[in-house]
Amino acid sequence: MSAREDLKENLIGAERAKHAGDTAVVAFANWVIRFRWIILLLSFIGAMAAGFGGQFLDFSTNYRVFFSKDNPQLQAFETMQDTYIREDNISIVLHPDHGDVFTPELLAAVRDLTDKAWQIPYTTRVDSVTNFQNSYAAGEDDLVVEDLVPLDTPLDEADITRIRETALSEPLIVDRLVSPDADTVSVNVTVTLPLETELEVPAAMEHARALATEFRETYPGVTVAVTGSVALNHAFTEASVADMTNLIPLMYGILLLVMVVLLRSISGTISTLLVIAFSAVTAMGISGWLGVQLTPPSAIAPTIILTLAIADSIHILVSMVGGMRQGLGKREAIVESLRINFQPVFLTSLTTVIGFLSLNFSDAPPFRDLGNITAIGVTAAWVYSILFLPAAMAILPVRVKPREEETATAMDKLAGFVIGNRKALLFGMTGVVVVLGVLVPRIELNDQFVKYFDRSIEFRRDTDYAMENLSGIYQAQWSLPAGESGGVSDPYYLQTVSDFTDWLRERDAVVHVQSLSDIFKRLNKNMHGDDPAYYALPDEKNLAAQYLLLFEMSLPYGLDLNNQINVDKSSVRIVATLENITTDELRALDDEAKSWLEQRLAGGSKLDASGPFVMFAYIAQRNIEGMLLGTGLAFLLISASLVVALRSFRLGLISLVPNLVPPIMAFGLWSVLVGEIGLASSVVTATSLGIIVDATVHFLSKYRRARVMNGEDAEGAVRYAFSTVGTALWVTTAILVAGFAILSLSSFQINSALGQLTAITLVMALFADFLLLPAILILVDGRKRKDVPDAALAQAAE
Amino acid sequence: MNTSRYWSGLILALLITGAAVGLAILSNKAHAGPAEDQKGLEIAQEIDRRDLGFGDSKTEMEMILTNRTGESSTRKLRLETLEVPDSEEGDKSLTIFDHPRDIKGTAFLSFTKILEPDDQWLYLPALKRVKRISSANKSGPFVGSEFAYEDLTSFEVAKYSYTWLRDEPCGEMDCFVIERIPQYERSGYSKQIAWVDAAEYRIVKVDFYDRKDTLLKTLESSEWQQYLDQYWRPHRMHMVNHQTGKETTLTFQPYQFREGVNEANFNQSRLARLR
Repeated sequence: MSAREDLKENLIGAERAKHAGDTAVVAFANWVIRFRWIILLLSFIGAMAAGFGGQFLDFSTNYRVFFSKDNPQLQAFETMQDTYIREDNISIVLHPDHGDVFTPELLAAVRDLTDKAWQIPYTTRVDSVTNFQNSYAAGEDDLVVEDLVPLDTPLDEADITRIRETALSEPLIVDRLVSPDADTVSVNVTVTLPLETELEVPAAMEHARALATEFRETYPGVTVAVTGSVALNHAFTEASVADMTNLIPLMYGILLLVMVVLLRSISGTISTLLVIAFSAVTAMGISGWLGVQLTPPSAIAPTIILTLAIADSIHILVSMVGGMRQGLGKREAIVESLRINFQPVFLTSLTTVIGFLSLNFSDAPPFRDLGNITAIGVTAAWVYSILFLPAAMAILPVRVKPREEETATAMDKLAGFVIGNRKALLFGMTGVVVVLGVLVPRIELNDQFVKYFDRSIEFRRDTDYAMENLSGIYQAQWSLPAGESGGVSDPYYLQTVSDFTDWLRERDAVVHVQSLSDIFKRLNKNMHGDDPAYYALPDEKNLAAQYLLLFEMSLPYGLDLNNQINVDKSSVRIVATLENITTDELRALDDEAKSWLEQRLAGGSKLDASGPFVMFAYIAQRNIEGMLLGTGLAFLLISASLVVALRSFRLGLISLVPNLVPPIMAFGLWSVLVGEIGLASSVVTATSLGIIVDATVHFLSKYRRARVMNGEDAEGAVRYAFSTVGTALWVTTAILVAGFAILSLSSFQINSALGQLTAITLVMALFADFLLLPAILILVDGRKRKDVPDAALAQAAE
Repeated sequence: MNTSRYWSGLILALLITGAAVGLAILSNKAHAGPAEDQKGLEIAQEIDRRDLGFGDSKTEMEMILTNRTGESSTRKLRLETLEVPDSEEGDKSLTIFDHPRDIKGTAFLSFTKILEPDDQWLYLPALKRVKRISSANKSGPFVGSEFAYEDLTSFEVAKYSYTWLRDEPCGEMDCFVIERIPQYERSGYSKQIAWVDAAEYRIVKVDFYDRKDTLLKTLESSEWQQYLDQYWRPHRMHMVNHQTGKETTLTFQPYQFREGVNEANFNQSRLARLR
């Protein structure tokens, strides 16, 4: 016996010794079988106790949950809100079929709706064309400030003409409260939410919808749409609920089908169903105990848990049934199955947990919740799979029909094909990866939050309708500092405000601008007997201040200027309502405005736009920044686990390729097929990473086993890996892809994009494992001599 | 086991519960009966009666506005009030702004009406003109503060309908708690709950409810002083808006009474001559 052969014997011995861990697993398996009833009982109790926390789960009803407390855009917006008014809004848009809103009937109806809208909970203000505070001169020294459509007055022809003319020439009304072609009006309800309970938004929204329904019934010829930020808030809840009620049952259905086909065992199917149900219930229950609030992203956690949890059980059960077919007794088969699967199941769960926990680096708390809930669920699935599942199987009757071992001819053929064409595959795949990789940066980041919802959600339909007919929900606002207390009346400042307003109005993206400069011009005209020549800014500070005082003293309840001027009268808020633009275009507008203000407004440097749309415009970038670190860390930890598990630094290094390539390919494909993406993009790599490594682990460990234990050469080891795990990898991937494909049915675009991208990544991972990895392995190991795996020897000798 | 004891216990328990329920129903019913309306009205009439005959008054006021961020702004103004004895009419008031400087000299004259919009004139020194304002602004904020005009104008019985709710201690005093419902059609309020000091009939605290009947603001009046052995005036009024988080504090200099101001001083032509 040569020294080399000696060493080889030792090596195999060492390999077996390392499987001494097997002895512990066998002891564990026997222990589980022995205490099966207690384990069964404890599993039920554990799941129930955790699940009891589910009662504390509620749905968040505020879009602000998408932003962490230290998100700079959120902080800027909060400051803006605290300075002026804390506002959300409900916009009720009315469009008569006959196409003219200036009729006595419709104006009376709008006036009535305006009045009733004050009853919507948390309302602090209601604006419409009817209660617009119109000022005009009456005689030489009378200033009249009154509702444009006065209360309790029948309207004659002359009134209608006057109202139409005033409304359509008033910059504060046109494009905001009335469309320029006079076919649509809106009643804009400002709501100040105390933000104390999650019941506020539903309460306001229900009231508003009831008003809309009542209006539709009274005036059948009018289309009514309800939008605004409160409607947006409400839509998040609706989308979460829709996802949970539609996707979860569907998921169970699909998984049930998978189990029936794969396991062909009633008791196995029931046990697996219980394992995944327990895992989901435990995760959601613990989240409830921890006080997590559900949002659309975190509401899909149970669906993801179901998909991920099933894999462990399937592996264990398939081995068990296989063992029984080979003639093992049930209990022996359980023990053997645990012995084979204990380590891989643990490892795949661990990597998945690491991947999902890395979502804690996301800036958006809903993704942190998604990551943590899923991590809890996957951990629970692991625990139930190694305790409850074998215990249940030990109790339940299992009948196995002796069946011929399926010949893995397809996989053998694939192995042959891959080996035969390895160079072509290596270059081909590299080429594909490079091409797709180049395409990745072409993806446009877009988070138009209206598009987060598909048209099954009422908010989306109504908002689309409002945008087509009047104006949209997207706004950008600026607070322009005047530099000193009372400075808003400074003529130079006012001129700049007016210029900025004009500048904004010239932008294609801008539909409407609310600006104090318009009010000053109108007042100046009013104070000069409504002479149109005086529609200009007052040229003296004291005069402007006194106009402002006069106007402020003339406004009724709820229609004051506190939403436009701060208490110190040292800054003014300008609100621009925007076209249906992408967040890219908004960021461009923000930059242009910033440089305009920097040049023109004294003390106007670094003035960012603010508002919900602006917050969403930067959300993807900010999350990607956070997740770069998170994903990197996850990658490092997962790779480290692989090195430890495979006991080979070299194989760990090689495993980087099939783990890195799939996300690149998936994003490249996305760039071609879809072209734009939002928030979902930031988390997909991290979450899919933990899942795709599983296939790599299985393939590499079988490859290594063939090399080290059986002394195969690289080609032989690849063939061995294909024939042993090829089918299993194919099936597991199919299950996971099906699971994530179900997410693509979500009414919430972030979720469906997450599902689609993850599914694509998983498919790409299979390609990488089947086509690229073997080629690399043969390339790297193939040059070595057949009989002695040097590298493995070196590794083992360490 | 002693069954008779058990039964008597049960009957007793039932009786006590029944009585409690009955009382609860009664006390609930007691709400808003005619007797309570009458008592409420009498309290209001007593408040009005005790303030009768002050003639005219003058004071200086400082107004501090604060928002949620703690940003604040100060205004200074002089106030003159002329009592109008006719109970169908409100008092007349004149407000002259001293600070900030850009509105210094602006003067505001108001003839309070009870159920209609007030008559109002404003003198703008920069324009050197008196402008008559015609608007429905009684419900609106007074110079951007958390006070509405209707919170600041003189107390007139006919402005509200009343219901006495209960008596309760308020601070060191005992108070009547009355509900008052504005009679002015376009008021910003659905109702107000006022705490009236039972000894001196001073309104020490008011909760204002907005049009949808939710709590909007709370006014607390303090630092009371009595003038001419009869007329009580607060020297600090603090209003908190619960919905917006904004606050306004008014502080008053000592009042001067019966300075000989008369109807002739309270007309629009005088506005332009003020300093």
